[in-house]
Amino acid sequence: MNQPLLVTATQKAGPKLSLAIGAVVLLVLVALPLLSLLPDGHALQVSAYTLTLVGKILCYAIVALALDLVWGYAGLLSLGHGLFFALGGYAMGMYLMREAAGDGLPAFMSFLSWSELPWYWAGTQHFAWAMCLVVLAPGLLALVFGYFAFRSRIKGVYFSIMTQALTFAGMLLFFRNETGFGGNNGFTNFRTLLGFDITAQGTRAVLFLLTVALLVASLYLGWRLARSKFGRVLTALRDAENRLMFCGYDPRGFKLFIWVLSAVLCGLAGALYVPQVGIINPSEMSPTNSIEAAVWVALGGRGTLIGPLLGAGLVNGMKSWFTVAFPEFWLFFLGALFILVTLYLPKGVVGLLKKRGEQ
Amino acid sequence: MPKALYRLLLSLCLLLPLAAHASEAEYFAAAKPNDQARLLQEWAAQPDPARLALLTSLQQGRISPDDNRKLRLNNRLRGLVDNALASHQLLSGDPATRLQAAQQLQKTAQPAQVAFLDRQYATEKDDSVHAALGLALANLQLAAAEPSVRLAAVRLLGETGDPMARTRLEALLDPAVESDAGVRTAAETSLAQVKRKLLVGEILGQAFSGLSLGSILLLAALGLAITFGLLGVINMAHGEMLMLGAYTTYVVQIMVQRYAPGALEFYPLLALPVAFAVSAGVGMALERTVIRHLYGRPLETLLATWGISLILIQAIRLVFGAQNVEVANPAWLSGGIQVLPNLVLPWSRIVIIGFALFVVLLTWLLLNRTRLGLNVRAVTQNRNMAACCGVPTGRVDMLAFGLGSGIAGLGGVALSQIGNVGPDLGQSYIIDSFLVVVLGGVGQLAGSLWAAFGLGIANKLLEPQIGAVLGKILILALIILFIQKRPQGLFALKGRVID
Amino acid sequence: MRFPSIHPEFMLEPIIDEGSGRDAIGLGQVVSPGLDARHGTVLTLEDINVSFDGFKAINGLNLYIGVGELRCIIGPNGAGKTTMMDVITGKTRPTSGKAWFGDTLDLTRMSEVQIAQAGIGRKFQKPTVFEALTVFENLELAQKTDKSVWACLGARLSGEQRTRIDEVLATIRLEPSRNRPAGLLSHGQKQFLEIGMLLMQDPQLLLLDEPVAGMTDAETEFTAELFKSLAGKHSLMVVEHDMGFVGSIADHVTVLHQGSVLAEGSLAQVQADDRVIEVYLGR
Repeated sequence: MNQPLLVTATQKAGPKLSLAIGAVVLLVLVALPLLSLLPDGHALQVSAYTLTLVGKILCYAIVALALDLVWGYAGLLSLGHGLFFALGGYAMGMYLMREAAGDGLPAFMSFLSWSELPWYWAGTQHFAWAMCLVVLAPGLLALVFGYFAFRSRIKGVYFSIMTQALTFAGMLLFFRNETGFGGNNGFTNFRTLLGFDITAQGTRAVLFLLTVALLVASLYLGWRLARSKFGRVLTALRDAENRLMFCGYDPRGFKLFIWVLSAVLCGLAGALYVPQVGIINPSEMSPTNSIEAAVWVALGGRGTLIGPLLGAGLVNGMKSWFTVAFPEFWLFFLGALFILVTLYLPKGVVGLLKKRGEQ
Repeated sequence: MPKALYRLLLSLCLLLPLAAHASEAEYFAAAKPNDQARLLQEWAAQPDPARLALLTSLQQGRISPDDNRKLRLNNRLRGLVDNALASHQLLSGDPATRLQAAQQLQKTAQPAQVAFLDRQYATEKDDSVHAALGLALANLQLAAAEPSVRLAAVRLLGETGDPMARTRLEALLDPAVESDAGVRTAAETSLAQVKRKLLVGEILGQAFSGLSLGSILLLAALGLAITFGLLGVINMAHGEMLMLGAYTTYVVQIMVQRYAPGALEFYPLLALPVAFAVSAGVGMALERTVIRHLYGRPLETLLATWGISLILIQAIRLVFGAQNVEVANPAWLSGGIQVLPNLVLPWSRIVIIGFALFVVLLTWLLLNRTRLGLNVRAVTQNRNMAACCGVPTGRVDMLAFGLGSGIAGLGGVALSQIGNVGPDLGQSYIIDSFLVVVLGGVGQLAGSLWAAFGLGIANKLLEPQIGAVLGKILILALIILFIQKRPQGLFALKGRVID
Repeated sequence: MRFPSIHPEFMLEPIIDEGSGRDAIGLGQVVSPGLDARHGTVLTLEDINVSFDGFKAINGLNLYIGVGELRCIIGPNGAGKTTMMDVITGKTRPTSGKAWFGDTLDLTRMSEVQIAQAGIGRKFQKPTVFEALTVFENLELAQKTDKSVWACLGARLSGEQRTRIDEVLATIRLEPSRNRPAGLLSHGQKQFLEIGMLLMQDPQLLLLDEPVAGMTDAETEFTAELFKSLAGKHSLMVVEHDMGFVGSIADHVTVLHQGSVLAEGSLAQVQADDRVIEVYLGR
């Protein structure tokens, strides 16, 4: 568990097999949006529903990866990553709402009979500024929260609950109409993105490809970090923080860096999620969503780079099947998953596969 | 019937008090609502002790003291009956009755009663009744013709903390209502005075509901603190123990209603042991089956117990439905004590605060005066050492878990009396209760006590000022800042850092 | 074996910048270049008091350690030995008293990280190594170098650094286990690894809490040799219960009792002291 499993697995199973599997998966992911562009009725055409579903799961996979960076490597279990995801999504949503509203006010503001935009909406009609917000909003929040939390050495379950309280507070805040983010309903009814019709197949395909690109980039970033001295310091931090301090490292800086990086990745994932799914509302910030992300990572295998991706894919795949087939039993299943994974799969599916491989 | 004739008959009746008794009742019962109203107003202006019995029976909805037939009155008439009865009760020999009557008159007195009230005011010996009468009179005098009388009345109203005085005085600020500038200025001063007094009542009221929220938090946090101190684990399903307790109360209520309707009044008392048993049983079962296998892995336990809470919530949803269920207050828990004109302390909340303190006392005794408590404390401080000394740590864990969950179940019973009972009930308390544990320090009863009441009051005081949401955020920020200064909580023991 | 000594030209430099409080987040701190210890004492503890809720763990403690000295601290359980180390390394703040590292560094105002970077290394009573990392990586992390976040992001081992790690690996005789996870080492090997990490840190002052606990006789003997070779270039403070070990290394022994110094001198002198016999050695 010490080394990124991608590395160890590559060493063990031979680089060729791993690379081949990776290449096939990547190829399929790139092919999906292209196939969706085929004319209707074509045998190989991928439906918009499938593309959206896979795109959504890819966004969640990025969140899982980001969560794994702080949990698997630095030992900080965040139960508030949904907040960063939603903040990125809301920043993107602000731009989309402005685009849809043209020169006027977004529809929900007219319903509240507001006459002008709140100050924090300033500049959101510009795509570039909205993209800055996608990074800045989750990044700054994570910076401030992390600064105080790590300064007072909050860790373990304390840290987890604090982050949960944070996302809970955020959810309550965004539920209010007066906050200026559409209250209960959040943002929806988007029309165009940079002038392109958001429901057009071409736009969807490009967004999907961007998501794949972000996923690959995050994976590469995670891989580089895990292999660097920085990654080793994080592992050391997770296992013996005091020893590390007496070695002359300041753990706070390291935690803060990975924490903010992780939050920003989540924000980016959220920004790609919103135009694909077409809606963002405060329930994305509910503690349940954030803690569900933790089970993706746990199921896949934390402290590894592919584990979280696998976990996010498995759980969300099952979720979309369950909620159609047996909606009442999904929570039972999810609850049981939480219990079974922690009891019987401490190293996740990847750990299991690795064990099989060794035998 | 021609009106003149009716009037004549009526005055005859009034002139013949002795004979009037029965006939008045008959007249009243037979009259049309409008005439009944006039009659009541006249009685109120000129009370007669002999009529007291009639009015009392009218208030109780009967035709007369001797006739138990039901009498239907509309709301306006019922108000007038109350007013007339109060007028008559002013003649009573008992000061408490007179005080109550005077307070009633403050709300309902009519201009026609001025002369009568004036007379009573002049002769009243009891101080508090005198003051109350003065106020009732002042309310009426606001409509007096002479500005000087109005001015005195306005000043007198300024002395009260009555919410009604505020509306009355506010109306006087309008030049169209009050022509005299001097009275208007006085009204302004008096209004400011009244508002200040009302504010005191409001703040006290908020602090009080904070106390009752605090006692629920206390019951939830107590168990959490015990299990957290013991195992270093946050039981995320702890909130659901609260929920189970509340639903048990609901079930007990229904059972009692069906099988022993006579004892319905006391179903909450019956619910207490049942809820304790249910929650403790579920808690112990969880400890045995899941949590036991996760010792030393706090973060995993967090996830597993969250999974348990999901299952419990969904199970309750399937059995009882996703909607809130109805849990009724028994009569002895409804109503309250009126402390200030705008401050009523509901019995349910008072009882809950007392109950929470009682449970804390019991827990303290249990932890400090029994063998089990000694074992729990020993395992909390040093698990390995305790095990070496022959403490059955496994059993202690289970029992402590049961105890913690059971206390949360009791909290659920208490919560069912003042809040909504729904499947999500526990979720909203788990974060707050954990914050109590953080603030109070682990395993510190006194710390939990102060932190729970402090958080409860802070929550309720901030709510109206800056809104519930911003209040919550502010409290979270304050706690994070607090931890900067005291990482071990309010009441932590210092010691050599052990690695 | 080669241990770099203090470079005189750095001795005049003040080490802590004005205004860098102990709570600053260390995104870009640099390792202090040297230590000003012109007056010959590397560690000065004067009138230190530590109390925990009324219990006095350390009571008016005075202790001076000279440059290059190897000092052994002995004392019965609860004498305040570990608490004293906590005070020196910044883990516990004294209620009152002065603690100076060299002539210029006030330890009571520095954070644990700053103290470690200034050149005080500590080995814990229970060996703590980074169990998930290999032996080599443990040493790599401990190596004296720029330990800021930015430096770690792009750090590459230079040939010189690699050689140094190999040297220490040879010194602590863990050459064959260099790529094993440290968690798989035996207790004695972990002790050596931790000593190796201290060597990599190249501190001015080494605090060693029961370094030979759990070691075989041969290992203990080897450790004694190692410590003796370190003395002179580094200052060492060793807390130990093993009197044989103390006798084989120490020229100077301090006895702690109830949080203050009971006696000081050579082992023979101390062992002859009546008070010491009373509280600790004899019965």
